[in-house]
Amino acid sequence: MSNRLWTEEAVRLHEMFVAGKVSCEEIVQDHLEHLAAVDPGIGAFLHVAADQALAQAKEADRWSTEERQMRPLSGVPIAVKDNIVTQRMPTTAASRMLEKFYAPYNATVVEKLYAAGGILMGKTNLDEFAMGSSTEHSAFHPTRNPWQRDRVPGGSSGGSAAAVAAGMVPIALGSDTGGSIRQPAAYCGIVGMKPTYGRVSRYGLIAFASSLDQIGPMARTVRDAALLYHVIEGPDARDATSLPLTASPPTRSGPWRIGVPREYFQEGIDPRVGDVIDRYLRRLSDAGHEIRDLSLPHTRYAVATYYLIAPAEASSNLARYDGVRYGFRCDARDLVSLYERTRDEGFGPEVKRRILLGTHALSSGYYDAYYLTAQKVRTLIRQDFDAAFNAVDFVVAPTTPDVAFRFGERDDDPLKMYLGDIYTVTANLAGLPAISLPAGWVDGLPVGVQWMARPLFDNALLDAAQAAEALMPPFQFPQEVRE
Amino acid sequence: MSEAFDVIIGLEVHVELKTASKLFCCCSTAFGAPPNSQTCPVCLGLPGVLPVPNSEAIRLAVRSALALNCQVRPFSKFDRKQYFYPDLPKAYQISQYDQPLAEFGWVTIHPSGEEAKRVGIRRIHLEEDAGKLNHLGQRLGDAVGSLVDLNRAGVPLIEIVSEPDMRSAEEARLYLTELRAVLSYLDVSDLRMEEGSLRCDANVSLRPHGYQGSLEELPRVEIKNVNSIRNVQRGIEYEVVRQADMLKRGERIVRETRGFDDSTGRTYSQRSKEEAHDYRYFPEPDLPPLRLSPEWIEAQRTALPLLPDAIRRDLRSRGIPDKDVEVLVLDREAYEYWKDAAQAFSDDRLIVNWMLSDVSRLIHLRGETFATATVRPAQLVELLKLIQEGTLSGRMAKDVLEAMFETGQDAQALVKQKGLSQITDEEALMQVVNQVLETHRHVVADYLSGKEKALAYLVGQVMKLTRGQAKPDLVNRLIKEAISGSQAVSS
Repeated sequence: MSNRLWTEEAVRLHEMFVAGKVSCEEIVQDHLEHLAAVDPGIGAFLHVAADQALAQAKEADRWSTEERQMRPLSGVPIAVKDNIVTQRMPTTAASRMLEKFYAPYNATVVEKLYAAGGILMGKTNLDEFAMGSSTEHSAFHPTRNPWQRDRVPGGSSGGSAAAVAAGMVPIALGSDTGGSIRQPAAYCGIVGMKPTYGRVSRYGLIAFASSLDQIGPMARTVRDAALLYHVIEGPDARDATSLPLTASPPTRSGPWRIGVPREYFQEGIDPRVGDVIDRYLRRLSDAGHEIRDLSLPHTRYAVATYYLIAPAEASSNLARYDGVRYGFRCDARDLVSLYERTRDEGFGPEVKRRILLGTHALSSGYYDAYYLTAQKVRTLIRQDFDAAFNAVDFVVAPTTPDVAFRFGERDDDPLKMYLGDIYTVTANLAGLPAISLPAGWVDGLPVGVQWMARPLFDNALLDAAQAAEALMPPFQFPQEVRE
Repeated sequence: MSEAFDVIIGLEVHVELKTASKLFCCCSTAFGAPPNSQTCPVCLGLPGVLPVPNSEAIRLAVRSALALNCQVRPFSKFDRKQYFYPDLPKAYQISQYDQPLAEFGWVTIHPSGEEAKRVGIRRIHLEEDAGKLNHLGQRLGDAVGSLVDLNRAGVPLIEIVSEPDMRSAEEARLYLTELRAVLSYLDVSDLRMEEGSLRCDANVSLRPHGYQGSLEELPRVEIKNVNSIRNVQRGIEYEVVRQADMLKRGERIVRETRGFDDSTGRTYSQRSKEEAHDYRYFPEPDLPPLRLSPEWIEAQRTALPLLPDAIRRDLRSRGIPDKDVEVLVLDREAYEYWKDAAQAFSDDRLIVNWMLSDVSRLIHLRGETFATATVRPAQLVELLKLIQEGTLSGRMAKDVLEAMFETGQDAQALVKQKGLSQITDEEALMQVVNQVLETHRHVVADYLSGKEKALAYLVGQVMKLTRGQAKPDLVNRLIKEAISGSQAVSS
C-alpha cells in the first residue's frame, strides 16, 4: 500500500497524514518518484520543485496532530498551473516572454495553499498565456494525453489535467477563461471546476481576459475538487472583482430538475459523444431526477462573442510585455524597434493572432460594432441562463463536442479549435459556476459532462456533482501509468 | 480688438491628489524619494497584479468636484487608455472615459474692470499618473539612454477639463489662479507646479469672425506641460500671435501639440495630431463601476470649507479694500493668518494693513511664509493691542515687530526689556515739560508772540529728553496748558 501512495485521493492522504499512518515526506517522495517515472512521456510539468516540496514535507512532519488537522491540505501534494505566480519557482505562462521570470510575490491562491499546508510540487504546462485548447501552444513543449499519447490533453490547463490523470499529483490548480479547466478535465477523464466569477481571487493569475478568467480546482474526485475549492475560495482585498462571502444558498438534496439545452446537441457534436451524454442523462433520470428540455437561444453567438471579448481584453493585458522592465527583451536601436522585436520574438503565433484580433476589435471606428455589441450579446447569454434557472436547478450538457484530438489536427484551422469551446465559453460569459465530470468513453478516450449552476451556487453544484459522481464507476488510472 | 478673430482657450489641468498612498496600491506618494523606491508589483505592472481603488483619492476627487460646482455622478466607471511608453508600466493608464466622476461645473473669474465671468468645467475624472523618464544627455534628441523612475506611476490625479470659455491669456491666468485658490482651501493637493503636482495643458485656437462651424472642428493647438501659471499665460500669448500671423499670411494652422520654451518664451512643435494615438479605450475589467450614494455625496458637500467667493464677501463686508481682499483670498496661508488674528482682535483692517506691509516684507526677507512665519497671529495681535492702547507708536511698533521676528519673543517682553513704551503718565511728563519751559524761556516768549513753530521746537525737546517714548499729541497739549497756566499766574 505505502508504495502506491500516488494513487490515493487528496482527502485520503490528508487523513492518513493526520492519523500519523504515513509521513508527509513519504507521500511527497512517492509522488516525486512516480512523477519522475511517468512525466518524461507526458510533459505535464514545466518546473518540478522537488527540493522545496521535500523541505516543505519535512517541516510538515514536525507538526502536531492538531496542527495537521487545522491545515486542510497538510499531507497533500499539489501542482499549480504556470500562469499563477509563485515567488520561489519560475512563472513562465509557457511563454518565451517570461522564460526566466521569477515573480517577487505569490498569488493569493498560492498563499492560501501554503497556509493550508499544501505541498507545491511544481508548475504545470499550458498553452502560452492560457490561449489555446490543446497545450500544443506552449513555447516549451507539448503535453501528451495520458490516455493516448498521440493526443492532446486539452487546454489550456493541459499540464494540470494530465498531471492529475496520471497520478503525479492528486489535485492541481487550473485557470478557466473559456473552458481551460473543464475541457482538459473532460479530455483527461477527471473533474475540473470553474467557480463563479469573483469566488476565487485572481490576484497573481497572469491575466488573459480579466472579465472571464477564474482559477479553479482539478482532481480525480469531486470531494478532492471540493477540498481544494474551499481552500482557495473567498474574497480578497487585493482583487476588487472578488465577491464578498455570502451565506451559501441552501442545497436542495434532490431529486433535481435538470435542464438539458437542446442547442448543445445540434450541429458540430460528435454523435458518439452525444450518445455518451444521452446514456449519462438516462442514469440521472433512472436515479429519480427530472430531465427537462430547455433552450438557451443565444448559444449560437457564444463563440463569436467570446472571441471578441477575450482577445480584446488579452490585447490590453499583454501590452505590458514590452521588454522594458522584465522578461524577454531584444536589443534594438530605438524604442519602437525594441517593442516590435521583443513582442515579435517573445510571443508565439496563437498569442499574436489574438492580440491582433483584440486590438482590431477595440480600434476607433470598430469598437461599437465589435466590442460593444459583444458585451450586449453577453448580457443576452446571461439572461438565457437566468431564465433557465427559474425552471431548473442545474443545466447539464456535454463539456466538449468531441474527444481529445491528435497533435497537429487543428494547427491550420484555428476556427475549428475555437468552435470546440462552444459549450464551455457560455459559463464564463455568464459568470456562473460549472464543473466537468467523467461521463463515459469513446474508443478509450474520456468524455466529459458539464454541470452548470446559477452564480454563487458553487457549493450546491459541488454537492450535486458528488451525488452524480456516485452513479458512475470510480476513476481508474490509464494503463500506462499503473506501472 | 480690431482683430478678425476671437481667441478660444480651454485648459486641461492635472492635479495630484494629496493621498498617503497611490490610487491602486499601497505605495507612498511622497515626492523626491530615490528612483523606484516607492514601487510594488501593482504599480510596476508585474504579471498577475490587480488594482484596488483608494477610497481617500475618491473622497478628495469628489470634494474637488463639489467645490468646483460640478455634478458628481452616482455611477461612474474606470477605463483603460492604451499606449506604449516606457513610463507607463501596464501600457495602459487607468482613467475614466465616457462616464467621468463629475461634470457641468464652473469657476468664477474676476477680470479687473469687467464683470465676473463663469468659465465652465466640462468634466473632472480620476486617473493614475505615469512614471518619469530621466534622459541621459543634454537633449532628448541626442540622449544616450533613458532611465525609468516609477515612483510617480499610480499617483492619483484628477483631470479638470474646462469648456473653451476663455478669450484671452489673462482670462486663462485668472481661471488657473482661481482654480488653484479653490483647491487650496480643500486640502486635496500640494498644488506645486514646479514639482508637477499641478500641471496645465492649454488648448488655443483662433475663430475667424463669421465662422459657422463647431469649436471642435477648429484647428487646435495644445501647449503641453507648462510649469507655471505665468508661463501658461506667456505660452498662450505667443501662440495667439503666432496663429494670428499665420492667418494673416493665409497659412493653414495645423492641429498639433506644442511645447513651451521658458528661455525664449516661444512654443515649438512636438507632434502633429495626424499621427495621434488611437487610445483604444475600453472599460477596465479589473475594477467594478464606482457607485457613490447621494447621501455620501451630500455629506462631502456639507464638509466643504468656506471657499474663495464666500471669503471675498466676508472680507469685503468687514471693510477691507478689494485689492487687499484679493491678496488674502488667493493666498490661503495669508487668509488663515488673518483669520486667526481676527478672532482675537477687532480691527480687521489694521491686521490686514500690518500683514500686507511689514509682516509680508519681513517674512519674504526671511524666506518664510504666513504659515511658517516666526511671529504667529496671536503675537501680532498683542503688538497691535499695544498700538491701540497707545503704549507703542506706529514707528516703535515697526521696530518691535522686527525684534519679534529676530528673537521670536513676544511684544510685551521686548517692550519691557528695551524700556520702550510711550510715557502716558501726565505727572511724570509734566516734570519734563516744566524743565523744558524753564530752560527755553525765550522760545516760550517767541511762542507767546505768535510764532507757532516755536511750539514744535518745545515738543521736540520734550521728546528728546524722553527718548521718544512720550506721545507727541499729549506733550503738545501739556505744553500748551503749562504756558497758558503760567500766563494766568503772571498776569
